[in-house]
Amino acid sequence: MELFGIALSMLAMFSGFGLLIGLLFGFFGMGGSFLVTPALLVMGYETDVAVASGLAFVFGTSVIATLKHRDLGQVDYKLGVLMIAGTTAGIEVGKMGLHWLQDIGLANTVVSVSYVFLLGAIGLFITYNAVKGGDDDDGGVSHDAADDGELDADDIPDIAKKIQSYRVPPMMKLRGGVRVSLWMILAVAFLTGLLSGFLGVGGGFIRMPALFYLIGVPVPVAVGTDLFEIVFSGGIGSFLYAIDGAVDLAIVAPLLAGSALGARMGAAATSLVEESEIKVYFGVMLLLGAIAVAVREIGGVIEMPVLDVVSLAIIVGAAMLVSGAVVVSSIRELRAQGPRPTGQTAD
Amino acid sequence: MFGIEVSQGVIDGATLIGLVLVEAIVLYFGYGLLEKVLGPTVTDVLRGE
Repeated sequence: MELFGIALSMLAMFSGFGLLIGLLFGFFGMGGSFLVTPALLVMGYETDVAVASGLAFVFGTSVIATLKHRDLGQVDYKLGVLMIAGTTAGIEVGKMGLHWLQDIGLANTVVSVSYVFLLGAIGLFITYNAVKGGDDDDGGVSHDAADDGELDADDIPDIAKKIQSYRVPPMMKLRGGVRVSLWMILAVAFLTGLLSGFLGVGGGFIRMPALFYLIGVPVPVAVGTDLFEIVFSGGIGSFLYAIDGAVDLAIVAPLLAGSALGARMGAAATSLVEESEIKVYFGVMLLLGAIAVAVREIGGVIEMPVLDVVSLAIIVGAAMLVSGAVVVSSIRELRAQGPRPTGQTAD
Repeated sequence: MFGIEVSQGVIDGATLIGLVLVEAIVLYFGYGLLEKVLGPTVTDVLRGE
């Protein structure tokens, strides 16, 4: 059975997959192309179609998630524009480095190894902080910190405190009461862009932790601002691919229909779930992501295509585990809050 | 017009990305409406009321 020329089973599968990705995207501000492009490649789509459709989907989802975070007051536009400027410059320099590696024939090896190590290192760092913080909630900021306006000094990571201590004018006042030098923001943006351009990835998994751990903005604002930036990077990227006709709307439309719902749920969950509860899952997802990429690369080297499927299974399994944890934690929090007082409306 | 020529690829690309943007906005407001109508009931159920 078909609808708009697409098999109904494919529509249902893409919508369900979109729901899963949207949930992660709305909650963490990352996870789009990381999941979609490998899945489409394993399903047999051409590389340019998989990359282009993944980017177009990320663009659509980031629009939805940004609108939702804007409603929650979790987007810092000033920081977002500065990040776009710094990231764009960084991406250009990163691409130059990549081209140089291509010329000497080392691009694939260096990029794959760097990607695995970076993903693994960020995953380890976040997991370590979450485990170290434990129940004392020392591991980071609670997700509803932005609602309180000002951020407690104890909630700001040490590296961010150090960066904020460099008072090189002009100083910028960001959401959550954070004051940081413009040059520090541009430097962090440049570095994240450099990695993004060098590795050829969207960069949400680098930028979101960088906004929190290096600049010190509360996690919800880091997520919202990161998504705001992805609207532009995803929009421009997918437009460039769409000119060559590589974007397949039959893939993007159902994925977006599912992710729109997931992104709303994920963004709403940021106001419910304590970050310390979920941070460890996020770190584990990145670690599993690193293992999945390593498995895929090994499969390419020893010419075993079955390892592509194993890699995808690890990524999808990790995504299901984390999104399931977000949903369960949100429901548990709602139950802990108990019945609403009379006259109060639900979100 | 004005001596500026835009290739068909650019027009097609812009149309396609425009469609994705329109779909995203329609879905955002559509699901928003759904959340307003069904949200309180679902939240109450999840709260265990």
